[in-house]
Amino acid sequence: MTPLNVISLMVENKPGVLFNISNNFRRKGFNIHSITAIAGEDMDTTRITITVRGDAHEITKLVEQIEKMVDVIKVKRLDPLRTVQRDLALVKLSTADPMAQEEALDTINRYKGQILDIKPDTIIAEVTGSVNEVTEFMAEVKHIGIIEAARTGITAIEKGWITLEGNDM
Amino acid sequence: MTEMTGARAYVRALEKEGVTHVFGITGAALIPICDEMLDTDIRYVPGVHEQGSAHMADGYARASGRPGVVQVTSGPGATNIVTGVATAQLDSSPLVAFTGQVSMSMVGTDAFQEVDIIGVTASITKWNHQVREPGRIPWAVKAAMYVANTGRKGAVLVDLPKNVTTESAEMDFNAEVSFPGYRPRLQPDPAELEWAARVLSEASQPVIVAGGGVVSAGAGRELTELAELLMAPTATSLMGKGSIPSNHPLSLGLLGMHGREEANYLVPDADVLLVVGSRFSDRTTGALAGFAPGARIIHMDIDRSEIDKNVESVIKVWGDAKPCIKGLVDQIRAHRAGSGNGEWVHKIDEFRRSYEAPETPNGITGPAVIKAIRHALPGDALVTTDVGQHQMLAALHYDVYEPGTFLTSGGLGTMGWGTPAAIGAKAARPDRVVLNISGDGSFAMTENNLAVAVDEELPVVVVVLNNHMLGMVAQWQRLFMGGRYSAVKREYTLDFTELVKTYGAHGVKAESMDELNTELRRAVAADYTTVIEVPMDPEENVYPMIPPGMGLKDILTDDLP
Repeated sequence: MTPLNVISLMVENKPGVLFNISNNFRRKGFNIHSITAIAGEDMDTTRITITVRGDAHEITKLVEQIEKMVDVIKVKRLDPLRTVQRDLALVKLSTADPMAQEEALDTINRYKGQILDIKPDTIIAEVTGSVNEVTEFMAEVKHIGIIEAARTGITAIEKGWITLEGNDM
Repeated sequence: MTEMTGARAYVRALEKEGVTHVFGITGAALIPICDEMLDTDIRYVPGVHEQGSAHMADGYARASGRPGVVQVTSGPGATNIVTGVATAQLDSSPLVAFTGQVSMSMVGTDAFQEVDIIGVTASITKWNHQVREPGRIPWAVKAAMYVANTGRKGAVLVDLPKNVTTESAEMDFNAEVSFPGYRPRLQPDPAELEWAARVLSEASQPVIVAGGGVVSAGAGRELTELAELLMAPTATSLMGKGSIPSNHPLSLGLLGMHGREEANYLVPDADVLLVVGSRFSDRTTGALAGFAPGARIIHMDIDRSEIDKNVESVIKVWGDAKPCIKGLVDQIRAHRAGSGNGEWVHKIDEFRRSYEAPETPNGITGPAVIKAIRHALPGDALVTTDVGQHQMLAALHYDVYEPGTFLTSGGLGTMGWGTPAAIGAKAARPDRVVLNISGDGSFAMTENNLAVAVDEELPVVVVVLNNHMLGMVAQWQRLFMGGRYSAVKREYTLDFTELVKTYGAHGVKAESMDELNTELRRAVAADYTTVIEVPMDPEENVYPMIPPGMGLKDILTDDLP
């Protein structure tokens, strides 16, 4: 499988901007793997993190097309070695069996997860980590019984003083 | 700040932007705006179909260098301009489209004549925007003009819901337009420019390829100066035609699939290739492997995403063609006197002589018709074309003496563009003769726009090369499909010359070159619209041609025996 690329964007917080960006991915035949977006504190901008599989060279060309969109302030393909990445999962497990509950609590603890809700027969856990860690956790608790799960996908930020807005590509 | 309706503010904002003409068709959603248009000096040019109005605005933009404005109603009015918007966007022409829309309370309900034109045009506009508050109209008009006409120019669409035009608000016509992510770059990086100048100065076989960016930047004179300084033969893409005068000794003419032999043979032999304002379209480069394989490529473009998109360059200069070329000229001047390379220039002459088109026989042929048109027209006339064989004939054989006087739909290849674009160009330049070179297939797509030319007194000349074929596709079928014609023959009952008379135009058939010359002279001198139909041999191919997928030197020059 082609590698997962992480693309970070700062855009104007306006209707249609996210559509225009994802439309660019669609046009080149890329399937967005994950996307997170939230408006900044000033409400003028939105920060978006998109992950997508594809050839790095092709992705770089796509990034240049997105860069020239009027409503896009900054866009960058992040270097994985210089980036901190996190993924968050909310997982609801079936724990009617006390053995299952014990195993679930043990596994959640090992992954430094948090218990957000506990009922006699269900547990909701929050697990945060690298994509691999979260994926491993999901695999480990699978046999216990996942009733439902939701993941944010990657959000990422560069190490040190480098920022998305601060330096030119 | 003054209070007024959105419709009035819209018209005032257009006036402030210096808009002289609005092309379009009204409709329910535009009634408030068109009512206000009674009280302005802006000329409203009513169309017969919105596609034609969009092409008129595009033609106006290309002929004047200022944004062209098309204004249409919601729903079908808006969808009818989609081809016109895409045509302008692909050729980086500053077209500004205003579409009516149902009132905000109805948006999203599939109301009568509602279409999500913002969604529809998202991928064919440089920017689009729906105005949701009347007070934002002055800003939106200003922003649309600014985005369309700065940086790499392009098409912009602004959607105006009806209630936004009827409601009143305090209007601020001095609202600042700035986008934090939109910073058009004009001045190139001096270090890159210096490197480019040094490499060009040291080149022994330099060649220049000029594209539409040179024409758009008005940098024709600077380009010619640079070519002379370097003694560098200069080819152009289709959009760049005219950036160096066709009769200049260093002009190689068109490069690419239907390029001239001297251009297609010399470009691959360059040791340094300077490409300015061209995006290396597949129609220009041929197969990439055969495109200047030994050359160090210098690419100058206003759009950074074009640099290295199709062809990897060694030196990348990001900026507007005019300061880029001017900077090169200054640096090269400072470093050395333009000595030129005698051997290389001699080779150009040799090439040119060996490919000089043979004198055509007396009959009507494509090249002869185009040369007759050139001969009949004043030097500064504006020529538009439609799309197909006649377009490539014009690109090959029509000499252009002034940048921006040859207008064609290059990127999208929109058949039917030429006639309405010529009318728009005439609106922009009433002092010039405007002539559309067309074919029967293209002409029949938008010929109803002649009604506008006649009724609005925007006289143009149209020469229709009628071979009763969709000729370019027929040529491909002859060359690459074993001569099996499919879907290309046209057995018209329609008589073009009779048809155009009902629009009030003068229609005439020219059955010989003599008749054509006479009719052209008459038409050019006349102050009314004329259509000259010229019967063509349906089997005539346009040469030279590079078969699709082949390299620049794989030129077909004649029918295979």
